[in-house]
Amino acid sequence: MNARLRKALSSAPLHVAIVGIALIWSLPSVGLLISSFRPRNDVFASGWWTVFQHPFDFTQFQLNNYIHVLTTEGMGRAFLNSLTISIPSTVIPIAVAAFAGYAFAWMEFPGRQVLFVVVVGLLVVPLQMTLIPLLRVYNRLGLAGTFLGIWLAHTGYGLPFAVYLLRNFFGTLPKDLFESAFIDGASHLTAFFRLALPLSIPALASLAIFQFLWVWNDLLVALIYLGGTEAVAPLTLKMANLVNSLGQNWHLLTAAAFVTMMLPLVVFFSLQRYFVQGILAGAVKG
Amino acid sequence: MKQIFSTLLAIIIGVGGIVALFLGLEFLIGFLPDRTQERVRPWVYVGPLLLILTFFLVYPTLNTLYLSFLDKYSEVFVGLDNWRYAFTNHAMLISFRNNVLWLVVFTALTVSLGLVLAVLLDRVRYEAVAKSIIFLPMAISFVGAGVIWKFVYAFRPAGQPQIGILNAVVNTLLGFQPIGWLIERAMNNFALIAVGVWIWTGFCMVILSAAYKGIPRELLEAARVDGANEWQLFWRVTLPMMKSTIAVVATTMVINVLKIFDIVYVMTNGNFDTEVIANRMYKEMFAFREFGRASAIAVILLLAIIPVMAVNIRRFQEQEAIR
Repeated sequence: MNARLRKALSSAPLHVAIVGIALIWSLPSVGLLISSFRPRNDVFASGWWTVFQHPFDFTQFQLNNYIHVLTTEGMGRAFLNSLTISIPSTVIPIAVAAFAGYAFAWMEFPGRQVLFVVVVGLLVVPLQMTLIPLLRVYNRLGLAGTFLGIWLAHTGYGLPFAVYLLRNFFGTLPKDLFESAFIDGASHLTAFFRLALPLSIPALASLAIFQFLWVWNDLLVALIYLGGTEAVAPLTLKMANLVNSLGQNWHLLTAAAFVTMMLPLVVFFSLQRYFVQGILAGAVKG
Repeated sequence: MKQIFSTLLAIIIGVGGIVALFLGLEFLIGFLPDRTQERVRPWVYVGPLLLILTFFLVYPTLNTLYLSFLDKYSEVFVGLDNWRYAFTNHAMLISFRNNVLWLVVFTALTVSLGLVLAVLLDRVRYEAVAKSIIFLPMAISFVGAGVIWKFVYAFRPAGQPQIGILNAVVNTLLGFQPIGWLIERAMNNFALIAVGVWIWTGFCMVILSAAYKGIPRELLEAARVDGANEWQLFWRVTLPMMKSTIAVVATTMVINVLKIFDIVYVMTNGNFDTEVIANRMYKEMFAFREFGRASAIAVILLLAIIPVMAVNIRRFQEQEAIR
C-alpha cells in the first residue's frame, strides 16, 4: 500500500464524521424548503424525501403555498411590518451608541469609567426584568401597539451591546491620529464624523447586521409591546400565531416559515464575513 | 404602497431626528464660553444614551424588584408571598427542573460540539463550506427554527405514512413504534434542547475556531515531534491553551439558556412538562395577570445572571488595566 492511499484511508473517518454532521445540520432546513413547494396532498401523503425518487420531475413543485400565505394568511403584510420595525430599530440605537461610544473613548468627563461599567453590567440584564413596568408606562402613554413604541424598546435593549462594541472599537483607533487632528484645530464633531466613523465602517457594519437580525428574529419584544395588534405584527409574531391556527397544514406552515427566513438568509450569505466579525468582537463580552 | 411610504418616512424621521438632535445640541453649546463648552459637550454625546438606558433598563429593573413584593394588582404589600409561590408551586418547580436540564445538557453539548468541530474542521480543505452549513441556523429566528423542527418531529400513529423524517427513520426504516417526540415526557425536553443545540453550536464553533487558529503552530508541531499523539495533543496542549475562550463561550451559553423562551413557546407552549422559567413568567404576566408573581420570577432570572454580570465586569476591568 502506498503512502498516499494509507493517508487517505486514515483520514476517512474524519471526513465521514464531518460530512455526517453537515448532513444532519442541513437536512431539517432542506426538508422545510422542499415541502414548502409541494402540493397539499403530496405533503400529507408522503415524506418530503420521496421527491428524490423522481428528481427531475419538476411538476411535483408549485408556488401555491407561497401565494396563499402571502395573501390570504397575511404574511405579505407582516413582511412589510417586519421591515418597518427592523430598519429604524437598527439605525436609531447605532446612531445614539456611536456618539456615546465616541465620548467614552475620546472625551474626559467625571464618572466616565463608572458609567461605562454600568453599561457593561446592563449587557446581561434579562429583558424579563423590564417587561411589566415598561408595558404599564406604554399603556399609559399610548405607545403599546405602535411602531414608535417598539422602535424605542429595541433601541433600549440594543444599546448596551452597541455602546460596548463601538466604544471598544473607537478606543483601538490610533491615538496620534486624534491628537494631531485636535492640534490642527479639529472639533470633536469633526473628529467624530471625519475620523472615528469612517475608520469604523467594519465595526458599524457588523453591529448593524447583528442588531438587524436580532430585531427581525425577535418574538418576545413584539409579543409584549405589539400584543394582539394584527395591523403591526411582524413575521415572527404572525408565524407563531399560524403555528396554532394552521395546526397540521404543513404545506402552508413550511412556506410561511421560509418567508420569515428569506431576508436573514440573504443577509447571512452576502455579509457572512461581517457577521462572523461581529460575533468575534461581541464574544469578548461573554 | 402606503406602508412602504410611511416606512421610508419613519426611517428618515428616526435617523434624521437623532442626527438633528446631536447637531442641534452641538450648535446650542457653541454659544457657551469655551471652558464651559468643554465641560458640557461630553454630556451632550452620552446624554441620550443615559436617558434611554435609565428609562428602558434601570428604572424598570428597580420597579420589577419592588413589584415582586406586591399583590397581582400591585397595590397591597404581600411580603414574601410571591417568592414562596415561586419556590413551592408545582409548575414552577417543573420549570426550574427544565431550566437546570437545559443549563447542563445544552451548555455541555453546544460547547463540546463546537470545540470538536473547531479542531476537526481545521484539518479539511472544505472547512469554509462546512462551517457555513453549521453556522447557518444562527441567522434564522427561533420561531422559524421551531417550525423546522416541529416538522422533523412530526408524529402520526403507526400504519400511516410518516412525514416527519425522524419518525420515518424510527418507524419505516427501523421498524419501531413511531414516537411523539414533543409529547412523551421522557423525551420532549431533550427534543427541544436539540433545537437549541442546532441553532447555537455554530456560534460556539466560530469563536472556538478563531481561538484554535490562534494557537502557535510551532507549539503543536513541537509536541508532535516529541511523540505526542493527536489525542494527547488535544487534552494536554489545545484544551489548556483555549481555557479562557471556552469559559467565555460557556458563560454566553449559560446566559442564553436562562432566557430561553421562543423555542418552547412555538413548539410546545410549555405543555407536557416542558415549561421553562421565561415561559412561566410570560404566562403569569399575560395569561393570569399575576403581576406580582411574574415580577418575582423575573427577579429570579436576574439573580441567576448576577454572577455572570460580576465576572463580566471584573474581566472588563482587567482588560482596561492592560490597555
